[in-house]
Amino acid sequence: MRTPSQTVGPYYTIGLCRRPENELAQPGDPGATRLVGQLLDGEGHPVGDGLIELWDVAGRSWGRSGTYTDGSFSFVVTKPDGEAPHFDVYVFARGLLRHQLTRVYFPDEPADAVLASLDAADRATLVAQAVGGALRFDIRLQGDRQTVFFAH
Amino acid sequence: MTAVDETSPVVLPDDSTLGPEVQLDYPGYRSTRRRAPNRPLASLPEELHDAAGPVFGHETVGELDHDLTRQHDGEPLGERIIVTGRVLDEDGRPLAGALLELWQANAAGRYRHEVDAHPAPLDPNFSGAGRCLTDADGRYSFVTVRPGAYPWGNHENAWRPAHLHFSVFGRLFTQRLVTQMYFPGDPLFAYDPIFNAVRDPKARELLVARFDLETTQPEWALGFRWDIVLGRGGSGTTPLEQSP
Repeated sequence: MRTPSQTVGPYYTIGLCRRPENELAQPGDPGATRLVGQLLDGEGHPVGDGLIELWDVAGRSWGRSGTYTDGSFSFVVTKPDGEAPHFDVYVFARGLLRHQLTRVYFPDEPADAVLASLDAADRATLVAQAVGGALRFDIRLQGDRQTVFFAH
Repeated sequence: MTAVDETSPVVLPDDSTLGPEVQLDYPGYRSTRRRAPNRPLASLPEELHDAAGPVFGHETVGELDHDLTRQHDGEPLGERIIVTGRVLDEDGRPLAGALLELWQANAAGRYRHEVDAHPAPLDPNFSGAGRCLTDADGRYSFVTVRPGAYPWGNHENAWRPAHLHFSVFGRLFTQRLVTQMYFPGDPLFAYDPIFNAVRDPKARELLVARFDLETTQPEWALGFRWDIVLGRGGSGTTPLEQSP
C-alpha cells in the first residue's frame, strides 16, 4: 500500500521555495517566454497559498512557483520540442489533500490525442493564451469551468 | 462533492474501502470546500505512465541540509530526534537518489512563516527546513527537533497533531508525493480532519512513524523510523474520491 498524500498546507514555502526555481529556459535563450496565470478556487477567488510545478517530461526539466496573494504564478519557459508542445503541471495547495495533475498546451498548435479526446470547453481549459508577449494559463480548482485534471 | 454543511462532523467514521486514497472533499477540513476538484478526472495520458522524473544531483543538497539542529550558531530548543527510513516502491524496491524535502514547526509549535500567528515563540536557532537524497538502499536520515502541536482555525479548539511535512520526488513522474509524518500515540489523531481524511485506518498507519530504540542514540537523541512507499507507475490511482 502506498503512503497516502496529505495537504502541502500553508507553510510550504519554508521547505519548498528557498530559492527561485521558476526558470525552465536556459539563461539568454532568445526563444524564452513568460508563462503566467492565476490559481482560482470554486468561487473564482485567488488561491494565494498554492504551489505550481511545471514538468517537461520529455526534456527532463522541471520548475516550481508559489502563488502570491492574488493567486498569480509565473515561469520563464522555452517551448518544448515535439508535436502539441506542453508542460505537465502539478498543483498543490492548502485545502487540497492530494496534488492535482493538469497540462498546459501552447496555443496555435495541432492537438494531440489527449486534447482531441476532450470536448471544446474542456480542451480550452488546457490551452494557454498569448497575451502581450506572454502566455497566460489560469487554473480553476472547482466549479463549472474547472480545469481538466488527470487521474494519477 | 459533498454538499456544504457547516455542521458536518470534523471526523467521519472509517471507510477501509478507500484504501490509501485521501478523500479530497473531506467535509471536516473546511478549506477543501472551495478547493477540492469536483468534476470527473480524465485518464492519465499514456506517455506519463512510465515517464521518468528529473534527476536531482548531489549539488541539490548541502552538507548540513539533513541536520536541522546545525543550521545556526546555537542549537534549537526542544527534544532532539533522528528520523530515518527508506523510500520504496509498492513492490518493495528501494528508490535511490530520491529527493526529500522536509519542513516543520519548531518545538513550541510555531512555523517560521509570516502567515503563522500562533502566539508561541520563534526559535532563533531553528529554520525548520531540511533536505536530503536517498542512498543506494533508498535510505534517508534527518536530525531535527520534535515539533509541537499547534492550533489552527478549522473549527473550535482545533489543534494539529505534531507532524513533519515531506515532499518526495521518486524516479517516475507519477511517484511525486507530498505528505505529513506523524508521531506514534498522538492523542490528537482522533480529532484531526487532515489525518482522518485518509479513511482507511491501515493507510493512516502508514503516516505514523514508529519509535525505534536502535535508531535512538544514547545520551543524545530519540530515534524514529518511517518508510515512504510510492506507487509503481502506470495509471495507479482510480478516481474514487470523485462523486458522480
